[in-house]
This record gives sequence, C-alpha cells and structure tokens, in this order.
Amino acid sequence: MALYSTVIRDRFRQPRYRGTLERPDVSGEDVNPLCGDRVRVQARLADGRVVEGRWTGDCCAISAASADVLLEMVTGQPAARVRELTPQSILDRLDSDIRPSRMKCVALPLTVLQGALAKEATP
Amino acid sequence: MSLGERCRPDFPILSRIVNGHPLVYLDSAASSQKPASVIEAVQRYYETSHANVHRSIHTLGEEATELYEGARDAVRAFIGARSREEIVFTRGTTESINLVAQAVGRTLGPGDEILVTELEHHSNLVPWQMVCRDRGTVLRAIPVLPDGYLDLDTYARLLTPRTRVVAVAHVSNVLGTINPVARMVEQAHRVGALVLLDGAQAVPHVPVDVAALGADFYAFSGHKMLGPTGIGVLHGRREVLERLEPAWGGGEMIKEVWIDRAQWNDLPWRFEPGTPPIAGAVGLHAAVEYLSKLGMAQVSAHEQALTALTMEALGRIPGVSLYGPANPEMKGAVVAFNVEGIHPHDGAAALDLHGIAVRAGHHCAQPLMKRLGIVGTLRASFSVYSTALDVQRLADGVAGILGEL
Repeated sequence: MALYSTVIRDRFRQPRYRGTLERPDVSGEDVNPLCGDRVRVQARLADGRVVEGRWTGDCCAISAASADVLLEMVTGQPAARVRELTPQSILDRLDSDIRPSRMKCVALPLTVLQGALAKEATP
Repeated sequence: MSLGERCRPDFPILSRIVNGHPLVYLDSAASSQKPASVIEAVQRYYETSHANVHRSIHTLGEEATELYEGARDAVRAFIGARSREEIVFTRGTTESINLVAQAVGRTLGPGDEILVTELEHHSNLVPWQMVCRDRGTVLRAIPVLPDGYLDLDTYARLLTPRTRVVAVAHVSNVLGTINPVARMVEQAHRVGALVLLDGAQAVPHVPVDVAALGADFYAFSGHKMLGPTGIGVLHGRREVLERLEPAWGGGEMIKEVWIDRAQWNDLPWRFEPGTPPIAGAVGLHAAVEYLSKLGMAQVSAHEQALTALTMEALGRIPGVSLYGPANPEMKGAVVAFNVEGIHPHDGAAALDLHGIAVRAGHHCAQPLMKRLGIVGTLRASFSVYSTALDVQRLADGVAGILGEL
C-alpha cells in the first residue's frame, strides 16, 4: 500500500505552480486549524478569467498537491467556474482516497482562492 | 523482562493490528491506553452500582457515593495532598485550569499581571488570555531558550508585586522539559502571586508530591494516566480554595438556596456543580491503583530509558532533528522531532501505514512552534506499556519515511 497517489507524490516533489506573481489581481491566505499550515494563493485575471496562478506555503504533501492541481485546473477558466468548484473536484484530480481527517488539507487552497475571488467581486 | 513488557498484556488494545501491522502506540502524551482493570472497574460500576451521588437515599446511591468519594481519597494519597478537601474532580486538565482562571480572574483587575511561559499548551494560555480580556489584566510570558529550558533570569525579572498569577507546565508536552517548578513556586510566592501548575504531562510519568511542590493549584487529567476520558483533577491548597468564590453554580455546590441567593457548600463540593463524572472517577481510582502498584519511580525510570533510547536511535538517522533538552534526564516521556523536507502530517501518515501511531502538528502549543520557527513536529510519547521494540520499529519507520513520498 502506497502512502499517497502518484499524482500527489509527483506534485509534492515537482510542483508546477509554486511561486509568487509580481502583480496579482487577487491574493489570499489562510491557515489550516488542524496543523497551523499556511497556504497563500495568487492569481491574475483578465476578462473575468484566471490567466495565471501561483501558490506558496509551508504545508503537507496533500495541501501542496491540492494547490498545484487547483491552479492547473483554473488557469484559463472563468472566475465564475472557479467559484463552483468543490473539494471533490480536486480529489478526483488527485486520484486518491483521503481520510476525513485530512480533507481540510485538500480543501484549504480552494477555499483560499475562492475567498480571494469573492473579495475581488465585492467592490 | 522490562516494565513495558510486563505491562503490555494488561492493555487489551495493544494486541490490535493496524494497517496489517501490530500496533505501535507512541501517542500516550495525547491520551494513554487503558489496562483491563480500569475498563472492568468502569463496567462493573455501571453494571452494579450506578446512581447519582450524594443525595440518593437508596442503596445504589450510597454505593455510587462511596465509590466516587473513595476515588478522591485514592487520588489524594497518590499525589500527596494534605486533605481530601483539596481534591476537586473536574472533566480534565482544561476544565481545571478554566475553573481557576474564572475563580481567580474575578479577583484581578487592570494593572495586575499574569505570567505564563512560551511553552504552554493552549489550555494553560487561552483561559488566561480570556481573563486578561475581561479584567484588563496584563499577560506576560517567560521565554523558552533554544536548548528547551525556560529563561529563569527573565522569570526573576518579570516577577513583581504586580504579578498575581504564575501559570506553568510542570512538564512540557512538546519539548518534554521538566521545569524547576518547586523553585519557581517559591519565587512566585515571595511576591505574593498564586501559582498554577499544569501537571497533565507530569502525573502520569513522574512521582508528584503536591505538598512538597507547594503550588496553589495543580491540574491534571485522568485519560493521560491510564484512566477514562472525562475525568480530571484540580488540587487546590485548602487555605486558597477556602477564600475563593466558586467558578460555576449549580446543584451540589450549595448548602442552602433561596430565590435570590445561595450559601456555598463545603470543600471540595463547592467547586463541583452538577452531576460529576462518577464512572470517570471510578476508572481513575483503578488507574491510580495500577500505577501505584508499579511504583512511579519505576515508571519514571522505565520511560526515561525509552526517551534516551529514542533520542539516540532517531538522532542517528540523517535529516532528523530533535527538539528540547539534549539531556534525557531533564525530559518527560516525549520526544519531538522532524524529518528534513517532510511535513509532520505526511510523516505521521507514513508511519501509520506501518501501524505506528505518533502525534503530528503543533501539539496545541502554537506560540512555542512560532518560537522554534517551525509549523509543527512529529512526537513520540511513552507510557508504562511502551517497549524498546516500539522504539526500534519507530526508528525503522522514520528511516523509511523519505521513501514513501
């Protein structure tokens, strides 16, 4: 039995979207109360679409992989679609069974991004 | 045969298979497992003697009262308290501390100061923050030095006539540091401050004599010392408890009640409103008997040897860093560590695959984590049933973590 799926291990070892943006249109950051992990997500928007996204954080492999696949999933997508995403859509992409105790790790980057977009939407 | 090997058969849960491997339970600082004698005592109580305590004029009520009050006497003797009036049953360490914070907090005001330390568990920090918010009292913290010890020079400087309360962990739940509490109590008393010691990580592991320590309050939990969850103890010095107003009201804590006022009950019941955790007390009594039979000096020596063995075994693994005092003799039964490049939760999940249960995260001590500049740690912790084989399997598991990710 492997600890995590191939997707999680791969994204943890070689994240594609880890880093920061110079001029993000939205950014957000939050803490996982379970472990105190902090995840920060930034995105650039154009015509209501996410055109570029990056994440940083001292976090576990699950959160790291979740943030990385999330930004891949949303790049090029309308912000409205991002708001409809659920942790389950991330889970499907991670191709992994995650225990209930670690679901916060999966959900955190998505919650942060959705929170940042909501702030942008309310003038 | 080591103490751990002798104790193991008494703990039914230790024969469990977890993820295909025999369980290696190294999370006793979070909650210990229970010997059959404790489980049976609770079951026997519910099967034969359960009723509400103190005012039931029937056989079962009398039996339940006798068992509940008998537990109080056993706890008194176990921690060397001067009288049974000094033993207040609560639901756990957290409730014991909140009780003191509420009751003592009412006597504090702006300008008064409460001293805590940077290594406190949130349960000995947040209740005091709430007092400060409500009363305008000032919270100050004794720093932790890089070697895991408290900065006692700064402590001496922070103590002033404004200091009204000093709240300190007897043993750190992360670093394992055994703090020099007897000396700290003496210093605090010299400026007239009350002292609360959080003994949650001490009573299960080292001999504790509350009369000798001299603290005004001493708090601990049943479930970390082989007893059930939902039972805790607050030891209070009689002369201090006597002049303190109860924290909470309800049944049992009164002598007489009128529509507009009430007269408080005697000690210790004044601080025990509502139906108490009777079964918890019965189980705690059995736990105290189990530990007494082993002898706390033997328990302490056994666990200290395991702490030393763990520090040595983990210290040899490349990429592993250990936290807290380097001298195992200055530590309780916990070893906090990290594996380079591995988040503690991933490390714990990897060990769990091999049936090894350790704690991972901030251990409810976020200010300490911030001080150490880390998000969290892995933590192995021991109890009477822990063995050298547990430590060996932990070390093997930790050495293999990098391969899992």
